[in-house]
Amino acid sequence: MQPAPSVIIFSTLSGAGFGLLFFLGLGLPVVTGGIAFGFYLIAYVLAVGGLLASVFHLKNPKNAWLSYSQWRTSWLSREGWAAVLALLVMGVFALFQVFFGVTLAPLGWLGAALSLTTVFTTAMIYTQLRTVPRWNQPATPVVFLTASLAGGALLSNNPMLAVILLILLGAAVLFHWWKGDRRFAEAGSTIGTATQLRGRVSLWEKPHTGENYLTREMVFRVARKHAVKLRVIALVLMTPVPVALILLFGAHHLPVALAVLSYVAGVFAQRWLFFAEAEHVVGLYYGAHTGRQVA
Amino acid sequence: MTALPEATTKKLGLVIDLDTCVGCHACVIACKGWNTQNYGVPLSDQDPYGQASGTFLNRIHSYQVQPATGAAQTTHFPKSCLHCEDAPCVTVCPTGASYKRAEDGIVLVNEDACMGCGLCAWACPYGAREVDEAAGVMKKCTLCVDRIYNETLPEIDRQPACVRTCPAGARHFGDLGDPDSDVSRLVADRGGLDLMPEQGTKPVNQYLPPRPRDTLDDVPEDVLAPFLAPVDETPQGFLGWLDRALEKL
Repeated sequence: MQPAPSVIIFSTLSGAGFGLLFFLGLGLPVVTGGIAFGFYLIAYVLAVGGLLASVFHLKNPKNAWLSYSQWRTSWLSREGWAAVLALLVMGVFALFQVFFGVTLAPLGWLGAALSLTTVFTTAMIYTQLRTVPRWNQPATPVVFLTASLAGGALLSNNPMLAVILLILLGAAVLFHWWKGDRRFAEAGSTIGTATQLRGRVSLWEKPHTGENYLTREMVFRVARKHAVKLRVIALVLMTPVPVALILLFGAHHLPVALAVLSYVAGVFAQRWLFFAEAEHVVGLYYGAHTGRQVA
Repeated sequence: MTALPEATTKKLGLVIDLDTCVGCHACVIACKGWNTQNYGVPLSDQDPYGQASGTFLNRIHSYQVQPATGAAQTTHFPKSCLHCEDAPCVTVCPTGASYKRAEDGIVLVNEDACMGCGLCAWACPYGAREVDEAAGVMKKCTLCVDRIYNETLPEIDRQPACVRTCPAGARHFGDLGDPDSDVSRLVADRGGLDLMPEQGTKPVNQYLPPRPRDTLDDVPEDVLAPFLAPVDETPQGFLGWLDRALEKL
């Protein structure tokens, strides 16, 4: 799949932002006044900035408001609802903490739950697609949720929780890659099932000489020779570097800030691979993925 | 709501005969022509005289098939929306633009509600949906919904443009929910198949596989050779003299 920068930026930043809102909602830590203002500013810039970035991949954004209508069937619609509700509930919670020094704990718990729900609905947009077998596995929401929680723990200054969650994130991502590499074969789609022709099938002529929407969007293939290197870079930046920074230097501003930067860079790389390595079954009609096909 | 209807009264769709299709792309042109001038926004082209790219609702792939024995064969493979019973493109739509009609099973896009997120195109295993780059809305086969019920057209024209134009008779239109319809009987006779059944989409459109090719097993491989064999190894008379004279040169 085409790794659109807007969607990669959205899922990384808003994931961390909603993760921070989750911990603030749970009262880890309980903050008030100016400090609370700083925390909520970071959380809302990340969460709302990410949501705005995602609007840029719409080709007809004037109808975006209609996406709230189909929550009963569409995960994308549910994501919109969860995000708006989480931001509203946490907004009221933040207002009381910042300006009145009052912590309305139950409201915070509700906001925390809505924040995690938002991340889950984002993950389900990808997980539900049977056409992209790499995404269509239970580990996909686990990766999105642990990434969000680890980022939230880092940003909310919960160093020990962050260390545990970063290690879980590394493990989840490793499993997702391992399982993902097998999912296309497990799904069972081949050029044989796609065309229902008997024998060794190969693409003899494309429908057109140039590219089209489908080949640009879904038959995108990365230079796979760098995929292994990128996986190593993503994993090292996501888990060992921030964990080592916290364990070696403790929960001080500079090491935690560096750990956050390393985490964000690692998750960017992981999300880029999440799209670039994802193979859509429509590629079979265009002669892609035939290397692994048994006729 | 972009929920799928529990059942549709009719299942209108196409039957495509892979044995008969000659790969002329006339259906592609007829489709582009009709759908550029009728339902919804036109099907745009980008840089048509350069690095051409554009929106099409119907495309013809061509495949080489190498059977276990014998020579390879080519099969031309028209592909458009299969109007699936369990259409995954419909349920993922967040705006309600995508829908499947309860009365005839046609899957359509309400372009006035589409925000161009492209998720329905991701959900389709067949590549049946393309965002129009000029209008920013999703385009797909309408089964020529504006022809098949159009009483201002002569009756013979009340079928999808691709079917009406096919010079080989490789495309058939009808109600696949009625077991006695012409198309259903054709599917039963010829062993019509679902594309990518493992995706669980239950496509309405059916593909008729190529018939087995004729074989020449009981005929000598080179049918003309016997007629070209030398008539006489040792010619006599004038030809014998000519033969000997030429040998001596």
